[in-house]
Parts: sequence; structure tokens; C-alpha cells
Amino acid sequence: MHLSYQVVLAQLMLGLNIGAFYAILSLGLAVIFGLLNIINFAHGALYMLGAFVALLGYNELGPLLGMPDFHMNYWTALLVAPLVVGFLGVLIEKTMLRRLYKVDHLYGLLLTFGLALILQGVFTNYFNVSGISYNGKPEILRGAVNLKFMMFPTYRLWSIAISLAVCFATWFVIERTKLGSYLRAGTENPSLVQAFGINVPLMITLTYGFGVGMAAFAGVVAAPIYSVSPIMGSELIITVFAVVVIGGMGSIMGSICTGLSLGMLEGLTKVIYPPAANTVIFFMMILVLLVKPEGLFGKEQ
Amino acid sequence: MKKRLMQFVTGTTILGMAMVAGAAGISTDVVKIGVLTDMSGVYSAIGGKGSVTAAKMAIADFGGKVLGKPIKLISADHQNKADIASTKAREWADTDHVDMITGLLNSGCALAVQKIGTEKKVISIATGAGSTTLTNEHCSPYGVHYVYDTYALPKVAGGAIVDTGGKSWFFLTADYAFGHSLEKNTAAFVKAHGGKVLGQVRHPLATSDFSSYLLQAQASGAKVIGLANAGGDFINAVKQAREFGIVQGGQTIAGMLVFLSDVKSLGLDVAQGMNFATSFYWDRDEASRKWSQRYFAKTGSMPTMNQAGVYSAVTTYLKAIKKAGTDNPDAVMKTMRGMKINDFFSINGHLRADGSMVHDMFLVEVKKPSESKAPWDLLKVIKQVPGDEAFMSLAEGSCSTVKK
Repeated sequence: MHLSYQVVLAQLMLGLNIGAFYAILSLGLAVIFGLLNIINFAHGALYMLGAFVALLGYNELGPLLGMPDFHMNYWTALLVAPLVVGFLGVLIEKTMLRRLYKVDHLYGLLLTFGLALILQGVFTNYFNVSGISYNGKPEILRGAVNLKFMMFPTYRLWSIAISLAVCFATWFVIERTKLGSYLRAGTENPSLVQAFGINVPLMITLTYGFGVGMAAFAGVVAAPIYSVSPIMGSELIITVFAVVVIGGMGSIMGSICTGLSLGMLEGLTKVIYPPAANTVIFFMMILVLLVKPEGLFGKEQ
Repeated sequence: MKKRLMQFVTGTTILGMAMVAGAAGISTDVVKIGVLTDMSGVYSAIGGKGSVTAAKMAIADFGGKVLGKPIKLISADHQNKADIASTKAREWADTDHVDMITGLLNSGCALAVQKIGTEKKVISIATGAGSTTLTNEHCSPYGVHYVYDTYALPKVAGGAIVDTGGKSWFFLTADYAFGHSLEKNTAAFVKAHGGKVLGQVRHPLATSDFSSYLLQAQASGAKVIGLANAGGDFINAVKQAREFGIVQGGQTIAGMLVFLSDVKSLGLDVAQGMNFATSFYWDRDEASRKWSQRYFAKTGSMPTMNQAGVYSAVTTYLKAIKKAGTDNPDAVMKTMRGMKINDFFSINGHLRADGSMVHDMFLVEVKKPSESKAPWDLLKVIKQVPGDEAFMSLAEGSCSTVKK
């Protein structure tokens, strides 16, 4: 296969598209790990849940309320899904995760992994795993844009833009605002921060809610591109964990940069040697772990 | 010496006759039919619950009894995994005493079940699998390949597409036995008709994002992008091809295995004008319409060729038991091979020694939205291709149980 610059650019754009999803998901994981020290394995399932909130809101909510013509539109879903899932996250943190802070990391991982399996199992019971297409894509985002080197679907451009906007807004809040400094201080020394009159347990609860809300947001953004299916999260989450490991656990900027660049690396691999496309990220992970075990952007702990 | 030989021959003949007589009637006093299909995965819309309904209809229409014994139906999900399919088939054969297994939506599963069938003398009638290896390298005296195969489909569609100007091809292929087999056969027909193959890219089963593969197909400059995949994969690929402006850019998408449910799911807007091969279309003639309306009343959708094929397969099997007077698998297979199979599904059908059920195939075209008068008015039949022309001949085949 000859590699014209158009082909490479086109694959880089697609890589950026998938990379934006990696970034937003790994960012949520990094925020949660940073503050809660929990490796949130339920992230993929909550991403799936976000997509389902959008799908069911569009297809089922109207008939359920007795208004068959009512569809919860895409823009509303972008707000509602993170709120619904974020609220579920708050419940999970309050009732379950809270009990595990004093014990080993492993328990949090097992608990969230169990939650993921339950969620996925329940949805598999009611919905087809081959996926249902989400038809609520807004009119304004339909069609394609001519980028000279390729026709790029408008919606995909939007998904890159909005994901990046959310990522950088999160980075800004955590690294550049007072609220962010409380959060970071809470990570370093919770009891001292609490002594200053800051409600650390509440902050932790809300952080978890925010982290999983971001996963749900990504789910809504993904719904019109990929089919909505109960297993959409489990397919993605393994790769996202690799991204987090490569970037360095708990590093905000690290997650964003690693997510984007690994997405593009995957895109390039799809043209150069397609069979390796699914594994190239894991090769990178092995390489990084051998050379810099704390991750590209991580600090040694 | 000669006399003793005669005695021996007579003796064995009598013994043999006694054995056949012993096999008459229905073993275990019930005929059990198992539908093993994909209940929840990428192929569930093609077979799934619809196949079970079709099998139920076939049994009810037969009167629920054969040779005075009840017919029982069981079903299970093979999840498109060969190991699950073979475990289930083994369990059915050993503990449930199932006489015939049908459905089998993917080639991996069908090959696994056919192998168990050979070992346990259980008849398997694959209606959903495509790979021609079922009736060649891995053929079995108890295996039947009923609806279509990866030779007949491209033979009917591939040639027709090349002849109407689609000279250069690029394949998007599902990366397993079925996809490989479909790609290989299609490529051969494309070349035989004077076309050429510019390249191919393989994708895993159940891929959600085809964009990268589609761009490679686009960059190849091929006139026709051949999709050697099926079900959900086919639908996703076609949808995304439009999203990226591939069809608008002048390239044609050609599905090598398309089911009615796929066309319905894509909608006429997206699928219009597409040519493909099929064994069955509900609106083909009076008989097919009549049965399909009954099926529609039960399920709310029109049957795919696979679902209609399950009904036909079960009916043919039951007829053979009745004719043979026994459910002994050897006798039933022998009877089936001697039958003419003509019903609402199969036209000019007959079962060959290699297990291939040869019947007429159809080249169809997806209607334009303006041509469609009803929700399921989706296709028009362009050409009827005689079975012996569409399917691979016995001479070309490599089935070891067939004497050439």
C-alpha cells in the first residue's frame, strides 16, 4: 500500500477522533484515581450507561410518559446523561466505595469491576449486543466537511472539538483554580485540608460523581458514531486503562496528551500494518513500563 | 468354497436386513429438533428468535407428530462461538437425544456442530452458515448445507456486478472462515469476468468503527468496494461509507451476503440500487407471500432467507422421516437425497451427496424509495439463476465421501 500524505492525514484525523474518546475517558479515571485512590473499573460500564440514557431518552421516554412523539434531543442528553450517571456515581461512592478507602487498592478495583459486570449483564439481558443505532443526531451536525485531503463527517469533527473542550476545561479547573487547589491539597494531605474547614468527604463524593459523569458524557458523544450496545464500554475500557498506565496514573495533562497521541498512533498503524492496530497500544505500554515505569507524565511515588 | 461364500453372503444379508428392521420406527419415542442460533449477537436479527418461530410453525403445520410420535423443539444460543456450539451440540446429542440440529448462523459454529454430528450420528442442517468447506474439506454424511454458500452468492452477484461495469474491486473482509471463503470465491469470479482485485483489508467480527478500513478502500480507487461480511458488520460498513462520502464519490458498495433484515435496518434511502444474491425473497411468488404473511403475523417482521430456510429444512426433514418410516439418521439422509425439494422457499431443490442443497438462486436489487409501496416492499427480483449454475459442481468439489 503506498502511503500518500492524504492517506496519512486522513488516518491521523480518525486517530484524533478515537484519541479524543481515550482522552476524556482516561482523564475521568485519572481524576478519580488522583483523589480517591480507586482504580475505577466501572468506568466503561458507566460510559455505556451514558449512551443508553441518550438512546432510551430518545426512543423510549416519550412513549413512557404517554407522549409518543416526544424525543429527548441530543443537546438535552448531553446534559442529562452525565447528571443521571453522576448521581449514580454519588450513590456508589456514598454507599460502597467509602468503606474501602482504608484498605488496599485492590478492593476498590474488585468492587468496581463487579459493578461493571452487573451493569453489563443487566443490559445484555434486555438489549441486543450487536447494537442499536441512535437516531437523534442533530440536523446541524449531519453531512460531511471537505478537508481537502478527505471528506470528514461533521459529527466526528464536533465530537473531537467537544471532547477536547471538556478535557481542557477540566484541566483548567483542577490545575488553575482555587477549587482545583483544594482538590490537589486534599490528595496530598486530607486531614490537614479538613482542619482548614474544607469538607473533604463531600469533595471526594463530588469528584467521583464528576469523573463518572465525564464517562457518561463521552458515552452520549459516542452514541451517534458507534452503535449503542451493552458491551461498548468493556471493549474500550481495557485500551483506556493502557492509556492511563502509559500516561502515568493520576496525571491530568498526561492523560489528555497520551489519549490523543495513542489514538493517532492506532490510526497510523491501521494503514501501515492493520492486524497490529488493536495491539499497538499494548506494545507501547510494555515499552513504557520497561523504560519509565511511572508513566510518561507520572511522578514516582 | 463357493458354497461357503454363498452361505456367508446370505448370512450377512439376513443379519443386515435384521439390523435395518431393528432401526425402523422412532428411537426414544420422540423426534427432537434443536435450533441452535445466535440469540443476542450480531447475527440475531438474521436468525435468532425468528428461526425458532419458523421451526415451531413447521412442526405445527406438520401436525405436531410424525409416524405417530410427538415432535419436540428445543433451542439455544451459540453466541457465535464454535466452542459453545460444540459443547451444546454434544450435550444435546448425549443427554437430550436430539435427532437433528438446525440454524447454525456462523461457519465456525456450523463446522463444529457438523463434526459432532458425524461422530454422534446426528443430522445437522446449517441454514445460516456460509463457508463452502461444510460441503468440501469438512463434508459429512450427516451434514446438510441448506440455504446458500460462499460460492453461490458471489457466483450470482459478483459476475453480474462486473458485467455492468464494476471492473476493479477492493474487499473489506470479516476476519474468520466465512469472510475469507467469501472473499476468495468472489475474487475468483471477479477475475473470471475480466475484473481485477486491487486489495483487501481484514476486520475483526463485530467491528463498530469501519472508518479506517473504508478510507483505505476509498484510497485504493477501486470502483467496487466488496463487503465480505454480514449482519451488523455489513450494516455499520454501509452506513459509515455514506458518512464519509464514499458512495457520493462514485464508488459502489457491494454486499456479498445481504439479508432482508439488513436492508430494512439500513433503509431504502441508504441501500437503494444495491445488487445482491439471495435464496429467497418473501414477495417472490404466491407461495412465498402466503407463508411470509403468516410468519409476519407471528413475529412482526418479514422472514430473512435464513428464517424461511429453517422452516423448509425442518419440513423436509420431517417429510423424510415419514417417507423412510424411521428417524434412523442413515435412512433419513438417504431418503432426503432422493427427494425433490420444492416448497415456498426452495425451487428445484435437491440434496447432493456432499450435503449441498442445490436450489435456484436470485439476483435482486434494492428498490428506490419511490418504487416501494409498503414498509416491507424492499427488493425486486432481477434474475433467477438455476441451482446447478449457481452452486459449485460436484466435480469441482473436494468432499471425500463423494465417489467421483
